[in-house]
Amino acid sequence: MLRKGGKNGIFAFLVLIDSEGLNVEKRGRILKIHEFQAKEVLAKYGISVPQGYATETTDNARELAEKLGGYPVVVKAQIHAGGRGKAGGVKLAGSADEALTHAKEIMGKTLVTHQTGPEGKQVKKLLIEEGCDIAKELYLGIVLDRASYRNVIMVSTEGGMEIEVVAAKTPEKIIKVFVDPAIGIMPYECRQLAFGLGLPKELIGPAVKIITQLYNAFVGEDLDMIEINPLVITKDNSLLALDAKLGYDSNAMFRHKDAAEYRDLNEEDPLEIEASKFDLNYIKLDGNIGCMVNGAGLAMATMDIIKYSGGEPANFLDVGGGASAEQIEEAMKIIVSDDTVKGLFINIFGGILRCDRLATGVVAAAKKTDVKIPIVIRMEGTNVEEGERILKESGLNFIIGHGMRDGAEKVVAAVKG
Amino acid sequence: MSVLVGKDTKLLVQGITGKEGMFHATGCRDYGTNVVGGVTPGKGGQVAEGFKVFNTVAEAKSESDANATMIFVPPPFAADAILEAADAGIELIVCITEGIPIHDMVKVWRSIKDNRCRLIGPNCPGIITPGEAKIGIMPGPIHMPGNVGLVSRSGTLTYEAVGQLTKLGIGQTTCIGIGGDPVHGTTFLDCLKLFNEDEKTEAIVMIGEIGGTEEEEGAEYIKKHVKKPVVGFIAGQTAPPGRRMGHAGAIVSGGKGTAESKMKAMKEAGIHVCESPADIGETVQKVM
Repeated sequence: MLRKGGKNGIFAFLVLIDSEGLNVEKRGRILKIHEFQAKEVLAKYGISVPQGYATETTDNARELAEKLGGYPVVVKAQIHAGGRGKAGGVKLAGSADEALTHAKEIMGKTLVTHQTGPEGKQVKKLLIEEGCDIAKELYLGIVLDRASYRNVIMVSTEGGMEIEVVAAKTPEKIIKVFVDPAIGIMPYECRQLAFGLGLPKELIGPAVKIITQLYNAFVGEDLDMIEINPLVITKDNSLLALDAKLGYDSNAMFRHKDAAEYRDLNEEDPLEIEASKFDLNYIKLDGNIGCMVNGAGLAMATMDIIKYSGGEPANFLDVGGGASAEQIEEAMKIIVSDDTVKGLFINIFGGILRCDRLATGVVAAAKKTDVKIPIVIRMEGTNVEEGERILKESGLNFIIGHGMRDGAEKVVAAVKG
Repeated sequence: MSVLVGKDTKLLVQGITGKEGMFHATGCRDYGTNVVGGVTPGKGGQVAEGFKVFNTVAEAKSESDANATMIFVPPPFAADAILEAADAGIELIVCITEGIPIHDMVKVWRSIKDNRCRLIGPNCPGIITPGEAKIGIMPGPIHMPGNVGLVSRSGTLTYEAVGQLTKLGIGQTTCIGIGGDPVHGTTFLDCLKLFNEDEKTEAIVMIGEIGGTEEEEGAEYIKKHVKKPVVGFIAGQTAPPGRRMGHAGAIVSGGKGTAESKMKAMKEAGIHVCESPADIGETVQKVM
């Protein structure tokens, strides 16, 4: 769908939210999912994964461990971040009692990994899974190569390590094949990878199969990335996907309605969820100057100029090219609900948008949301003078910025007092 | 002179009977673009707001001799619309639609790369030759005819830069928005070549953003081949890594695609890189 504007657009949107829970079709985003869900997807494409059960409570941990029918079992925290093992989120258990102990310890714990940020992520789901005897750990992943516009399959003998680290330290240990998306994966490409890994002869066939299946999943599910890390060779000489990670292209969710259920709101910032309901692109940052901008490029440039003027941006927020009155109101609510925000910079390059209308919308929104912090507005478009008069006569604490630089300097000064 | 679009452009609008399609078809016509008709399957034979509507691009092309198209078709059907235009022999395809699945776009790209058509976008504001014609959603009045060629991955940030130039009395030959998606037709490099070869273009502005390596490739070309002054800006200097900043293509991942590396490559190529987006116009004024 193209950008929606006007009252009818917003109304239609609210109806959609009521009937389908939440809008996941946020353009340009990636739908991240949990390990146990990624393994469901792999299994759907015929790739072997360990047997396991996901749970949101520790009450059934003992029972689930027993159901697996053998020990050791592994208790794994399910959060949308890597590095769980090092942070104490993955533990091996030799008995049902031990599985329960580990489950109780991990559930509710806040894991801090290199991918969670310093605040960490609280564990609300666990995966209890059968253990396996590992002979060797490999890496297998697929992403789109932005330079060649081909899907690149990567394999490495350095399984279990982060691929970025391998790429930085020992790039020669990554083997790549660039697949033409118009033709799709060919067996010779898989063989190049399988032989490149130095696999024993009896594993070449199974490896070709698993690479083909993974490629089919990548394309069939409209994925942004998929990786099996590690892909293990077990002691009985078979290939098993021990850990998996993938992300859906949210632009393609209209083809994957079922996958929308994979979304876990616990893993997202509450303000970002709120923003996504109103078709706003919002990303929370660490500073104290909120910004509301139309268009992604200008929104980034606005963050940059705040920093350049000596301030720190509190967020990225793109209200879309049109910037309707409803979106401005919702955007304002979201920004000011973050109490670290001490000032707001509204930077709208309207062009054909009439500034008097924009100003009326901003005044109404500020009155409704009862904004107390200083607001600097920079508007460009037709009827600028009329727009400025409306702001001045509103009786609210508006400061008018003439151009981006002036606006940024004024908001930085206002926040510093 | 100008590049890609001008007085001889004969434009079709795919998705013309939709709200956005009709609004911007009218906007282009008002600006002076020769809009020869539109395409909406099933609505052929109608005349909407003075525009002749056709069922297929092939039919529209044979009836109107169109040489360009502007696409407003919704994302699930946009890849199909691009390929239909390419198949009908339309030379310039400008796709405005935002949100096309990336797997659709890579297939489109592989399919049209050896075709003689040129795709601009998707997820872009379009292209304008001020005073002559526009194909896109940009506000016409902020532009003025002149000698600066501008290429950008953004929409409103492009308008910001154009606005700065026009306020200083500096006009533009052609402004091209190549779009914010990771997979798109025309690249920075393509546009830089066009501007370098265009006699009327005396200076070039390139506005990039985080993600990908196209700005670096453009800088490499400039270093070797471009004698005209080039002014550059990269948006997203303060963007956190691993997050998509509105545009699907604007992401720093695995330490790649940072504003820092792009600005460094551009400076090394002799490009006048602005640290602040407010300095673009003034920098052009200085170097011209």
